[in-house]
Amino acid sequence: MDILVCVKQVPGSSDVEVDPVTGVLKREGFSTKLNPYDLYSIEMAMSLREKYGGTVRAITMGPPQAKQALLETVWMGADGGVLLTDRAFGGADCLATSYALSQAVHKMSSYDLILCGKQTTDGDTAQVGSELSEELGIPNIGNAISIKLEREGFITVTQNLDDRIVTAEIPLPCLVCVDGDINSPRLPSYKRSKQVPQNAFTSLTLKDIEDQDKTHYGLLGSRTNVERIFPPEKNADRKTLTGTSSELATQISDILKTGKFIG
Amino acid sequence: MPYHKINADDLKYLKSLVEPDRFLSGKEINEDYSHDELGGIFHYPDVLMLVLSTEEVSHIMKYAYEKNIPVVVRGSGTGLVGASVAIEGGIMIDTSLMTKVIELDEANLTLTLQPGMLLMELQSYVQDKGFFYPPDPGEKSATIGGNISTNAGGMRAVKYGVTRDYVRGLTVVLTTGEIIHIGGKVVKNSSGYALKDLMIGSEGTLGIITEAILKILPLPKYSLSMLIPFASMEAAIECVPKIVGSQAQPTAIEYMARETLLFSEDYLGKKFPDTKSPAYLLLTFDGNSEEYVRGEYKETAEFCLKEGSLDVFLVDTDERKSSVWGARGSFLEAIKGSTSEMDECDVVVPRSHVAEFIEYTHDVEKELGVRIPSFGHAGDGNLHVYICRDKLSDEEWKKTLASAFDKFYSKAEELGGQISGEHGIGYAKKGFLKHMLGDTTISLMRGIKGVFDPKNLLNPGKIIS
Ligand SMILES: Cc1cc2nc3c(=O)[nH]c(=O)nc-3n(C[C@H](O)[C@H](O)[C@H](O)COP(=O)(O)OP(=O)(O)OC[C@H]3O[C@@H](n4cnc5c(N)ncnc54)[C@H](O)[C@@H]3O)c2cc1C
Repeated sequence: MDILVCVKQVPGSSDVEVDPVTGVLKREGFSTKLNPYDLYSIEMAMSLREKYGGTVRAITMGPPQAKQALLETVWMGADGGVLLTDRAFGGADCLATSYALSQAVHKMSSYDLILCGKQTTDGDTAQVGSELSEELGIPNIGNAISIKLEREGFITVTQNLDDRIVTAEIPLPCLVCVDGDINSPRLPSYKRSKQVPQNAFTSLTLKDIEDQDKTHYGLLGSRTNVERIFPPEKNADRKTLTGTSSELATQISDILKTGKFIG
Repeated sequence: MPYHKINADDLKYLKSLVEPDRFLSGKEINEDYSHDELGGIFHYPDVLMLVLSTEEVSHIMKYAYEKNIPVVVRGSGTGLVGASVAIEGGIMIDTSLMTKVIELDEANLTLTLQPGMLLMELQSYVQDKGFFYPPDPGEKSATIGGNISTNAGGMRAVKYGVTRDYVRGLTVVLTTGEIIHIGGKVVKNSSGYALKDLMIGSEGTLGIITEAILKILPLPKYSLSMLIPFASMEAAIECVPKIVGSQAQPTAIEYMARETLLFSEDYLGKKFPDTKSPAYLLLTFDGNSEEYVRGEYKETAEFCLKEGSLDVFLVDTDERKSSVWGARGSFLEAIKGSTSEMDECDVVVPRSHVAEFIEYTHDVEKELGVRIPSFGHAGDGNLHVYICRDKLSDEEWKKTLASAFDKFYSKAEELGGQISGEHGIGYAKKGFLKHMLGDTTISLMRGIKGVFDPKNLLNPGKIIS
């Protein structure tokens, strides 16, 4: 089974700063990491490859330094990857991102399965996976907690929909969004980091893909108009309750009811 | 002289010293207060008093001294040697409400605080302000008073040392109720006998710590860990003194066997990122720049590969750290969960002998026919060796345990080690201490105890008795 995994480089910690004037995330000088949710889909891809053979390639859209994210997937075991990078892609919302990704996927050799993480920790929209499948015209399924190959040309996917578990059979090629916390992602290997083959990565720019109309990409191609981005207010209020055990129990229950944590 | 048994008059007087809800006696006292995390030793105090201030402790001590009532101090009760169990009954002083920070002195890099503050609260308090309290024992819900009283060690001792290295000054209530201040904010001190250092690690037998001045450091901005798989435990452990002897400066070097990782997976219901190899080392580096720390990582990774490690795995992000260190933090409980009963040997040996000691535990395992998993702080020579009871009968268990401890402590002695690296002596290990230290040293210790506590009221029956 040949698998593509979509990954993204995100800020290294949750203490991100937003430029108060432009509303853009301040990325300079801050450490970055592979989107934590993507680690689960990479692990899933790796274990599918161990079971059924094939290849795992990662694909990411981002600035040139996003190559680091691809490198890390190879240190974790991927065979290689594609970096989609061009100024024209900058400022993309999820629609423009998924369109650009779909163009890159068209340029890549054939695949059976595309895996995406549940969401990213910076954008948090959880849209790119299903939009990409629309652009590619392939079926997609989300919240996957396991994938099996039981019948030629199909995969069997188990989904966790919170109130129920659904098992579905989907024809290949298709796209699966993998849930978080479903496995223990393997760690990047130092040995592999020293053995990355020269031709493991390909870079694609606007010139390399079929649709070169700039208005379909980046800020111009985005349908979402971001008015303001701001870090959420941190709520670390503390309250000390005093009283006897039963008074305390009543007070706690009142607080939980007021906050609608319990009915 | 026999201890005075608490009567109705004593109850009435003691009750008047604190608010009513901070005084409990007899059946009101929760079962938790009859033991610590060692298990196997149980005894209730007659009275439990939750204190708020040095003065309250002083008033209680004055009365106890006058009436000849034993007193045991208790932090969180997470000790592993029965040190906070009131084996003679009497008064238990609980410090868990003394949680105030008194002063963060940024000019002197000190933090003055009450003893009941939990280690986890202390660590996050200073971290939020850009500072760092390096000692990092596994149990984060222990109190700082407990940590000082056991000279707790932990995971960062290789680079930063242990609790003792971070205590600058103490306020102590003596057995008479008198209050003394020893040490202070000063960095150097050659003023007479080092009473502060006697108090550290004295497990509540010399005085009651009611305030501490701790040394803190600027917070290193960056840290990363590396998990290093080896083909055998021997290969892993033999690499440790070589890492220590190289130029690298890790904060921690922990060792773990696959078996322990599997227990932890069972216990946490969560897979560890890698269990393919029989043995692993876990190292951490910290520093002020990512470049420096990554450099250390690279050099050490190369070194370990040359020394025969199978690979080196990078543990750099919060998620990766929590998956690896979260498992490491669960080992004690995980091994406990794997057996019906266990006892622990917290020996420390010179780092160059760690491999030999661990190999010896495997020999003893075979010889006695019991399971003896271990893990620990390979980088500082402090091993945690667990003798598991599994299906042994009462009698077999007692015999096996005695024989295993005998062997381990004799071996430690032969290698120039000590009985306890960080958990203390308390009740459980006092027989072994006496044996290892010999009469002369023990009588010096008795002399010290006699000076501080002539009536033997403070935590009687512990360390030496
Ligand atoms: C899962 C687990 C992991 C652990 N990991 C480590 C580790 O890595 N390193 C390590 O060193 N320990 C470790 N420990 C042991 C334990 O947490 C430490 O011994 C800790 O220092 C005990 O603190 P406490 O507040 O629970 O003290 P307690 O158990 O309540 O008391 C311990 C001793 O200190 C005395 N004491 C407490 N407060 C005072 C005071 N204010 N004045 C005078 N005497 C006082 C008590 O009388 C008693 O003798 C671990 C324990 C557990 C359960």
